[in-house]
Amino acid sequence: MSGYRTVLGSRVYQFPDLKMLLAKATPLRSGDELAGIAAASAEERVAAQMALADLPLREFLSEPLIPYESDEVTRLIFDSHDDAAFSAVSHLTVGEFRDWLLDERADGGTLGRLAPGLIPEQVAAVSKLMRLQDLVKVARKVSVVSRFRTTVGLPGRLSTRLQPNHPADDARAIAAAIIDGLMLGSGDAVIGVNPASDSPAIVHELLTLIDAIRQRYEIPTQSCVLAHITTQLEALRQGAPVDLLFQSIAGTEAANRSFGVNIALLREAWQAASELKRGTVGQQVMYFETGQGSALSANAHHSLDQQTCEARAYGLARYFQPMLVNTVVGFIGPEYLFNGKQILRAALEDHFCGKLLGLPMGCDICYTNHAEADDDDMDAILTMLAAAGVNYIMGVPGADDIMLNYQSSSFHDALYLRSVFGLRPAPEFEAWVAARRPELREMLALIEA
Amino acid sequence: MKALSDYTPARVQLGAAGGSLPAKPLLELRLAHARARDAVQFPLDTTSLSREMSQRNWISRGLHSMARNRTEYLQRPDKGRQLDDASAAEVLRYKQPSPLTIVIADGLSALAVHRHTVPFLEQTFQCGLSAPAGPVWLVSQARVAIGDHVGELLKAELVIVIIGERPGLSTPDSLGVYLTWNPRRGRRDSERNCISNIHAQGLSYDCAAAKLVFLAKEAQRRQLTGVQLKDTQDQLLS
Repeated sequence: MSGYRTVLGSRVYQFPDLKMLLAKATPLRSGDELAGIAAASAEERVAAQMALADLPLREFLSEPLIPYESDEVTRLIFDSHDDAAFSAVSHLTVGEFRDWLLDERADGGTLGRLAPGLIPEQVAAVSKLMRLQDLVKVARKVSVVSRFRTTVGLPGRLSTRLQPNHPADDARAIAAAIIDGLMLGSGDAVIGVNPASDSPAIVHELLTLIDAIRQRYEIPTQSCVLAHITTQLEALRQGAPVDLLFQSIAGTEAANRSFGVNIALLREAWQAASELKRGTVGQQVMYFETGQGSALSANAHHSLDQQTCEARAYGLARYFQPMLVNTVVGFIGPEYLFNGKQILRAALEDHFCGKLLGLPMGCDICYTNHAEADDDDMDAILTMLAAAGVNYIMGVPGADDIMLNYQSSSFHDALYLRSVFGLRPAPEFEAWVAARRPELREMLALIEA
Repeated sequence: MKALSDYTPARVQLGAAGGSLPAKPLLELRLAHARARDAVQFPLDTTSLSREMSQRNWISRGLHSMARNRTEYLQRPDKGRQLDDASAAEVLRYKQPSPLTIVIADGLSALAVHRHTVPFLEQTFQCGLSAPAGPVWLVSQARVAIGDHVGELLKAELVIVIIGERPGLSTPDSLGVYLTWNPRRGRRDSERNCISNIHAQGLSYDCAAAKLVFLAKEAQRRQLTGVQLKDTQDQLLS
């Protein structure tokens, strides 16, 4: 097809290609404006959404938005597409697909079976037509459960990544933050440290520290030190106790190159960690973080809007059957998501797209000090994501990450959600909290040792 | 017995009001956020910084990116990565093949630059970093990649960018350092090495200077920076 159009009275809106149609149909955000691809007016945006609503879902499968020949993420997405699973919705337009998703007959089982039949571009497209309550209602139906030493993502559960960072990777400071978090019931998705250093020796040391605490108190959880994946692999080869391997990923080959990774490297890492067989209830070993705007920030977005690029990152992630995937939604800054309203919308889009594509989605609900946002905005996102059934959120002491210099969610925020929505931690961890938490006070002595 | 808060500046042991944050730590968080918001707006004073440097016999020159003010800087990262025309012309006056160039950028915290740059640089020179042949460049409304533009114009082999990091609640004045071998516009982040969190409660000047000198010498020896260049200093020492 040579283009798309919407006629509104005497005005005709033309969209020369699918990429441009998607960009113009995207709810307003600063990153698409920065890229020069956003709708020029509010009316043009709705006109694009109307044209998009009439587009057959099948059309996304006929012509990749980023060429198959030049992008390995495109190749992975198309080569792994399950046409039989797609047949359930292959007759629908994007607009009809939205209505189909909202129908009660599309239950969790149906949506789970559909996931391998959907490609990220279709999921991104339908999300652009949806309002926040749609994104909540549909995502809530899908539960994606993952397992290592805990079972994360069961209905009625909310897990947390305990994030005990320190600006100089001080082992005792990190241990103190871990204990504080454990005492407040945090850490069942993972105890994950972002190291300030990218040294394999430091990664090894921190993994050994977390593993010692975990084993001493028999805590059912997994650990991770979120250095570059090559640094973690080096530590693994030196014998470090690696549970989950982490990497930031994006939705285009060029953006991943800017992160210093490609699919072959991720595959090698996946195999290396899987072979360790350190899980007890499962062996899902990969942990990915993503975020809208990362492709544009690396000038690797191919004029594709940032939300569609983000959904493509999920298309890459799902190949590795990850334990954890979360968007770090407000971290990138106001150039890409300007204020609390844009961050909220992005958080719900990302969670919805990830879940619909079959990922165990969590969210780092966060903002930086140069964005137009504050803790009230975070509360709105927390509350809506809990309603949407998010698998896990972050637990940072007092919401203040003293290493990465941004505000995420706190141990207290998770307690708020558990209290308001009646949510519980992962079952293995819940049992441990009941039986062993009183002993945590002795852990103070452990720090000195 | 010691308390958890004796071990970390993180906001541990905040107590709880029915599971939620009590009023006192809540208001402390608000105050810290207010200060961080103010730090983002704090302007870089190249004149006073230049004066401090000349007292140590370091030559410096003030430059400006293409972002005219803070608002434009925040919304247009592309402009913060490029020098404006007058600044590019100024840099070209010093054009000569140079092994090392140092660029100081305000980034998101000019406060950090004013507090830490001079003592940190002093420590770095003491640790054995050879002083650059040309001036130290002080750039307003600038991002990390401004160093690529400066380095490209000078045909520098290695550029060191010292920049104010995004203010956190506990630290509105954290400094970061980026090393880029063979700087030219369009360099990717994976082609750089970074030392971050240089401030009173974070990485000390001593420690950061030693890391920087190690990485700079390794970069010069191996003729590269980026993910292939690891900070293996700790292993070498042990």
